[in-house]
Order: sequence, then structure tokens, then C-alpha cells
Amino acid sequence: MSAVSKASDAAAALRVEGLTTSLKIDGVWRDAVRDVSFALAPGETLALVGESGCGKSLTAMTVMGLLPKGVGRLSAGRIVIDGVETSTLAERDFGKVRGDSIGMIFQEPMTSLNPVLPVGFQIAEPLMQHRGLSRRQAMERARELMELVRIPAAAERLKSYPHQFSGGMRQRVMIALAIACSPKVLIADEPTTALDVTVQAQVLDLLGVLQRERGLGVLLITHNLGVVATNAQRVMVMYGGDVVESADVGDFFAKPLHPYSRALLAAMPRVDRPTSDLAPIPGQVPTLAELPDGCRFQSRCPLREEACAVRPPLTPVEGGRRHVRCVVLARELAGDLPREGTA
Amino acid sequence: MIVYIAKRLLFAAPTLLAVLTLVFVLVRIVPGDPALVVLGDQATPQALAELRARMGLDLPIWKQYVVFMGQALTGDFGRSLVSNRPVMTDVLAVLPYTLELTIASLAIGAIFGIPLGVWAARGRDRTPDWIARIVSLVGLSFPAFVSGVLMLIVFAVELKWFPVISKGVALDDPVERLRSLALPALNLGLIMVAYLTRVTRSGMLKALSEDYVRTARAKGMPTQTVIWRHGFRNVLIPIVTVIGLYLSVLIGNSVLTEIVFNRPGLGKLIVGALEKRDYTMLQGLMVVYAFLIVVVNLLTDLAYGLVDPRVKST
Ligand SMILES: Nc1ncnc2c1ncn2[C@@H]1O[C@H](COP(=O)(O)OP(=O)(O)O)[C@@H](O)[C@H]1O
Ligand SMILES: [Mg+2]
Repeated sequence: MSAVSKASDAAAALRVEGLTTSLKIDGVWRDAVRDVSFALAPGETLALVGESGCGKSLTAMTVMGLLPKGVGRLSAGRIVIDGVETSTLAERDFGKVRGDSIGMIFQEPMTSLNPVLPVGFQIAEPLMQHRGLSRRQAMERARELMELVRIPAAAERLKSYPHQFSGGMRQRVMIALAIACSPKVLIADEPTTALDVTVQAQVLDLLGVLQRERGLGVLLITHNLGVVATNAQRVMVMYGGDVVESADVGDFFAKPLHPYSRALLAAMPRVDRPTSDLAPIPGQVPTLAELPDGCRFQSRCPLREEACAVRPPLTPVEGGRRHVRCVVLARELAGDLPREGTA
Repeated sequence: MIVYIAKRLLFAAPTLLAVLTLVFVLVRIVPGDPALVVLGDQATPQALAELRARMGLDLPIWKQYVVFMGQALTGDFGRSLVSNRPVMTDVLAVLPYTLELTIASLAIGAIFGIPLGVWAARGRDRTPDWIARIVSLVGLSFPAFVSGVLMLIVFAVELKWFPVISKGVALDDPVERLRSLALPALNLGLIMVAYLTRVTRSGMLKALSEDYVRTARAKGMPTQTVIWRHGFRNVLIPIVTVIGLYLSVLIGNSVLTEIVFNRPGLGKLIVGALEKRDYTMLQGLMVVYAFLIVVVNLLTDLAYGLVDPRVKST
């Protein structure tokens, strides 16, 4: 069990221990996310990165309790949201936590809002549901929330429908409805991937402001390391359903440890390097059925050796400041407590 | 919304004019002399000329058109060649029967078809889904007159729950009227149940897999709210489409049902007019049918404006 967190148990907005999610594929249950643990402190941003298909969204949906019935299930682990253990709750009781202590925004702003309901009402809905506000009170609060997420002419646009908004504005509406009940945790699953670059910056900026002002713990899912560098304090790298590395953002960008983290960083375009130096990661993420039993990255790893056939543990290194899931690195770094000079 | 309604009304007017023109042309291009058809081979030339004059067929074609349009727009279709009563009087006398049959079968379709479709989508590939599939298969594969005769045999002849022959024009006895409406409405309604079950089921399956339903669940909305307010509200759009399309079909289908159940209505009127070659009556009936269909389309468009906010702004 790893607890890569500065948040003490009591203070954590979200605590996840040994979360394992299984999917039923062709009649066989396979672990798509294995033994993920982390804690998120109020006001903190934890980035979850990795190529697409490595289990980021699945982790988020598991935390939200939104796995498709009969297809996905939480097969092990504990989830504690704002002090409430939700992993053991019945669907009815989970519904009281969802949208109240935890909110989520999604990648697709164009399709995530209901086309036949006014946006103001969609923001007001969780307030009426969880806070027992009257419709009038909730609509008034919805207007304030729309102003908070900086939607111009909020009062007039309360009764507008999603098709009358641009993608960036819709994502602001999504943020407004996700934070309506002042949750402790916000999960943002690729919140800006579908937006124009300039709009991306505005939305991330807004998330940052809300987080500081309201002490929101944010689980930021992205495959854009640039977003991680500017918006997160800690980072967790996932590959094939495993967390392969977790570290503070500063340490991580100074010296990524896991071969997959290094490959991700090498593949990232940077202003201080010619684009010809970009090194795409060879091979591709195996499908769930093809995933090897031991280290999931072994088929694409330059450090591969025999020991990789056994699943490596997530090992604390550098005096417990960070964790890495790699037998080769763990051996090399063992006892290497005085760190070599960082850049 | 007001602008939208005004626009739809404006669009309906040319449609109605085009349909009227079509009826006018259709009646004129049917081969043969209507007067000859009505009076038969033995008619004297004098009688033929008289009838032609009565039908206005001796006027130049453009004048006939002007007269026809003028009459049609004022709801005057002349007198029946058979009964010599104004066509409109005969039509208005039976129109309520056809309308109540159509509306009752639509109501049956909506009351049973829509919940069945939602239920089927929620229990996909389980018992509810199979029940829905069987119901829509039965509803769509039995021709209206076959299911009508079967119903008569079972419920009227054997069980004697309903009258075999409608009592005719019993406007003043609401109970009798409802009893005589039940079987014909059920017969036509079965088809509507089938169509509505299908469209609701597939619409719900699609809606429940949409991102906005995921958002509603992420907000912690209770299951019933997610299904009805977030899922079903969106399915109203295809439901309106299907009702609009099949309401026209239903008005046409009512002909068969009215005959099988011996009910007064436009259907029986049309069959009678065909038998007796009552040209003015037929012409009037065609216009009334066309008018009803234009009205149905107009109502459908207005319903779209109510269920889909994206429509109003275009
Ligand atoms: N509903 C589902 N049915 C089958 N496979 C799924 C489903 N959802 C996710 N997966 C699989 O689980 C893995 C992780 O997916 P996901 O969490 O969406 O990845 P990410 O968000 O990191 O791109 C992928 O291999 C994906 O194909
Ligand atoms: Mg994803």
C-alpha cells in the first residue's frame, strides 16, 4: 500500500486505497485498473497522466460510482470522499454524495449538457436535489454560479439552452453545475482537450482560481504534460491500469524515473528543444486482453529483464519523496538516499 | 415561440393551396365524362347537359378552378349528387366519429406504447424487452381488418362485452358511445402501440447512453429523474415525429376499421360515395382529408417547438 500524500487521513478530501476496477470483456472479468491508491488534500491538484486507454477515466468513473452496471465493477479497495466511505454504499446513498461532496466535469462539453433543458435549470438541479433549495432560490444561486465561472450576461442566459453556447462557455456551465453544492473534490477528466488553445488556458485558469478560493481538491486527468506542469502540485503516471510513478511535479519534471515517464516526457513538445528531437514512444498500449501479467510496460521497455515477469510493487524511492513501480529502478535506487544533484 | 407559430402557419397556407389544386386536377383528369358516369349510358343528351351545368363542368377550365377554390376556401363543396344535401353537412355530421376514433387510438398508443418502450429499454434483452418486441411485432403484422374481425369475434360475439354493430349516431348517450368506440379504437390503437413502443425503446436506449445522462448521474440525480427528465424528455422528439407521421396514416386506416365495425365516419362516407359515383362528395372528402393532414403536420411542427428548444431558433 502506498500513500503518496501530504494529506493526513482526516484532512483528505478524497482518499483512495487499493482501488481495483474490473471490466467484463467477452464474458471474462479483467482488471483494467489495479491497486490505485492516493489521497487528495483540499486545495491540491493531483494530475493523473498517461496515454489514452491506460485507465484514467475508468479510475475517475470508479471513484464517482458511475461504472456501467454489468460491465464494470469495483473489485477491491476503499474510496473515502470527504470522510464518507462510498465504496460500501448502496446506489441510493451514493447518489447523495455524488454531486454534493464530489463533482465531475468531462471531456465533451458539446454533448455533456442536456439539449432540452435550460442551462440555468441544469445548474440549479443539484442544489434542489442535495440542498433542498426551492426552484426560485436554486435559480438565483445558479445565476451567481454562472457569474462565478465568468459567463457574460448570466441573468439573461439563465434560460438559454446549451446550443446557444460555445464549447468554452458550455464547459464553464459544466464547471458551474459540478461545483454548485460546493463539493470538496472535483474530478476533471480531460476538461480542455476538446477546446481551442486560447479557451483551454481560460478554463484552466478558472479552475485554478476556484480551487484556491474554495479549497477544492482537484483530480486533473490529462495527457498533456504542459497542463500538468502549470496546474498541478503532484502527478501520478498510469500505464495499463497501473500507477507506475507518483511524485511532486517539480521532482517529476526535473527527473522522471520510470522508463514510461521518461518516454512520455521525451515525446512532449517543448519550446527549448527542436521538434526533431521528439521521440515518439515505440509500440502502443496493449488492449486489456493483451496486457502482460507482470510489469505492464515490459513489452515496450528498454530496461526490460527477466524479473519484469513478476508484477513489481510501487516502491518508495528518494527517501519516500516519490514512488516508482519498476524492479530495475528500485534495485538501482535502493540505498541511494543522498540524491544525485537535481537540475 | 410566437414567431415560430406564425411562420408555421404561413408555411401551411401554400401547402393547402397546392393540395387543393391537386384535388382539382385529379378530379378533372380522371378519364370519362362524370355526368355520363353518374347517369349511365341511357341518359338523354339533355339530361347530361343539365347535370354538367349543375356540376359546373360547362364552364371554361380557369373559371372552374376559380369557382372550386372559392368554394373550397369557404368550406362549400356544393351538393351531393346522390342525397342533394350540401356535402359539408354530411361531412360534418360524421367527422366527429372519425376524429374521436383517431384520437382515442392515439391515446391508447401513447398510454401503452410509451411506458412499454421505456420499460423495454431499461430491461434491455430481458423479459420487458421481449414483451415489447412481441407486442410491436403483433401490432405491425396484423392488418387492421384481420385484427378487427378477430376482436369482434372474441369480445363482441363470444364474450358480448361490446356491441357487434355500433348503434349508429348515438351522440346523446355517452356510455353507449364509449362502448361502441372501445373495440375500433383498440384495433387502430394496437398499431400505434406498436410504433410508439419501437420508437420509444430505441430512443431511450440512445438517450440513456448519452453524455448528458452521465452528467445527470454525476450530479447525483435519482434514477427516476435521470430516466424521465433527462432521458425521456429527449425521446419526445422522435415520438412527435412518429405520431405526426402515423396520425396521417391513422386517419387513412380508419376507413377499414369503420367498415369492419360498421361505424359512421369519413371512411363509410367515402365508400358510399365511391359506390354511387358521387363526384361532388368525393371531391369534398378529398379536400377534407387533405385539410386534416395539413392540420396534423401543423400540429406536429408546433409540438416540435414545444419539445425541442433547438427548433424555435431556426
Ligand atoms: N465500457 C467499456 N467497455 C469495455 N472496455 C472499456 C470500457 N471502458 C473502458 N474500457 C477499456 O478500459 C481501458 C481504460 O480505458 P479508459 O479509462 O477510458 O482510458 P483513458 O481514460 O486513460 O484513456 C481501455 O483499454 C478501454 O478500452
Ligand atoms: Mg479518458
